[in-house]
Amino acid sequence: MLFTASDVAQQVVSGLSTGGVYASLALALVLIYRSTGVINFAQGEMATFTTFIAWSLMHHMSYWPAFLLTCLIAFGGGVALERTVIRPVENASVLTIVIVTLGLALVFNGASAWIWGAEVRSFKSPFSTRPIHVAGVAFSIQDLGIIAVSLVLVVLLGLLFRFTKLGLALRAAATNPAESRLVGIRVGWMLALGWGLAAVLGAVSGMMAAPLVFLDPNMMVAILLYAFAAAILGGLDSPIGAVVGGLTFGVALNLISAYWNFVGGTLKLPVGLTVILLVLLVRPQGLLGRRVVRRV
Amino acid sequence: MNARSVAGVSWRAAVFAALALIAWQLPHHVSDFRLIEFASVGIYFIAIFGLNIVTGYSGQISLGHGAFMAIGGYTTAMLIVHRHWNELATLPLAGLVAGVAGLLFGVPALRFSGPYLAVVTFALAVATPSVIKKWGLTGGSSGLSILTFHSNRWYYAVTWISAGILFVLGWILLQTKPSRAWRALRDSEVAAAASGVNVAAYKIAAFGISAAYAGVAGGLLALLSFGVSPGNFPVQLSIYLVVGLVVGRLGPLVGLLVGAGFVEYVQIYAPKWVSKSPGVPTVAFGVALILAVFLATALGALTNRWHTGSRETT
Repeated sequence: MLFTASDVAQQVVSGLSTGGVYASLALALVLIYRSTGVINFAQGEMATFTTFIAWSLMHHMSYWPAFLLTCLIAFGGGVALERTVIRPVENASVLTIVIVTLGLALVFNGASAWIWGAEVRSFKSPFSTRPIHVAGVAFSIQDLGIIAVSLVLVVLLGLLFRFTKLGLALRAAATNPAESRLVGIRVGWMLALGWGLAAVLGAVSGMMAAPLVFLDPNMMVAILLYAFAAAILGGLDSPIGAVVGGLTFGVALNLISAYWNFVGGTLKLPVGLTVILLVLLVRPQGLLGRRVVRRV
Repeated sequence: MNARSVAGVSWRAAVFAALALIAWQLPHHVSDFRLIEFASVGIYFIAIFGLNIVTGYSGQISLGHGAFMAIGGYTTAMLIVHRHWNELATLPLAGLVAGVAGLLFGVPALRFSGPYLAVVTFALAVATPSVIKKWGLTGGSSGLSILTFHSNRWYYAVTWISAGILFVLGWILLQTKPSRAWRALRDSEVAAAASGVNVAAYKIAAFGISAAYAGVAGGLLALLSFGVSPGNFPVQLSIYLVVGLVVGRLGPLVGLLVGAGFVEYVQIYAPKWVSKSPGVPTVAFGVALILAVFLATALGALTNRWHTGSRETT
């Protein structure tokens, strides 16, 4: 078993790239969780569905136009979903809404298989898989590209939330819906926008994941589990936490499966389960989340 | 026992006797291959009934009951293949082993509220097949084959007699103190604790009992499918049980029969009527789940309005 510095460095970089995929999906989960306390079980399947849309679009246009068009479609779709499917139960208990998102997950999973078939497809990557050598370590351009795309996405989202009026309204609606309404923020629409943004994040994570794991209707099931682990590790209410958690988990999972023979490639999913269990038991608020104090 | 509850009990006993009679006579009136479908409905019914105890009564959501079915299924298969046990004798043990696993899982589950428990149990369901593959006694990816075959009527009888026994046991349990304690802590844990309900013990017990039901269902599934493999217990199985529960919960306890039948027959008829794609039943389940929740929410709002006499303003 290789255990040299350059090998470890390689594993870390490829861990960061899968971590970027987990981080994007985790961030999508956090966006929705923060505003309503709902964990969206459909996030992974929505991502798969939009990745299939991208796959179809790519037969008619080159990669980046298809990428952008997919993001637009995902955004519109996310907003529409919130307005039509989540809205009717918005006053119900959190668990009720969670079950509705579970229904959405089934619908999108089944629809992907129904429309595009259940076979496994290859998906174009905008980046070459050619390695580049830096100080004796070979990094794949694809890994670096995925890391770059995830970072750009996070920065854009950060700028939106931090420096625009819309971002302020989104944050206000998430923190205090009642008072936001009093100052004229249309909270319902802010929630819908949150779903739209989350759908875009999911679409990007799907399009980044598909070249690595191949495209099929169940592509995102495992990745959703890892995104749960990432989001819980970082703190479900912390966007920065989702990114930190995603990257940390990606690297850790890669190192564990590379250097711990018992885990290897076969026990990666149980590692995700273990991380979720341990974090929830030991530090439920995650690395960067706020501690919840419940008044009774 | 007052007059009203005596009437209630005898009414329910009559319904149960009628259903049992129908189940008894059914093999004479339907073709032989239907009995396998009915046996499959019975398996879903047992699992959904168990899920109802933990989710419907104690209020703990589980998206991972397929994992407990897997434990029961593998217990049955391993005892038959490695230890040459009698098939029927393995079923109580399948329930016991899965029940103990459920108790153990119920301990950490105490710490997770609503959506977090959903995530943990979902992760359990997703991760279970890969754990099974890793372990040698389970036969890895190819699983274990059970090489004794019986008539379709045998599988039908074994499944529905088990279902009948488990239903009666469960029904008795749900008439007694534990069920009141569970419902109390489902509605408000704090209030239940204040009224002297041992919240932790009851929640763990609900998980254990519910997992034991799933274990027996898994053991029966192993018999009916002539063996087990990791592919028998995908995450979809766990989710389908939730669909059956939510659809079945629209009505009384017997409604769970409808939920179980729904899960079985959507998988059979969706490909026949709509298209052969494996996605069709999944879409149907998703739509049914969403509509059932919408309907339940609307009904809940309606009955609330009846009870309070006015529209609630929040």
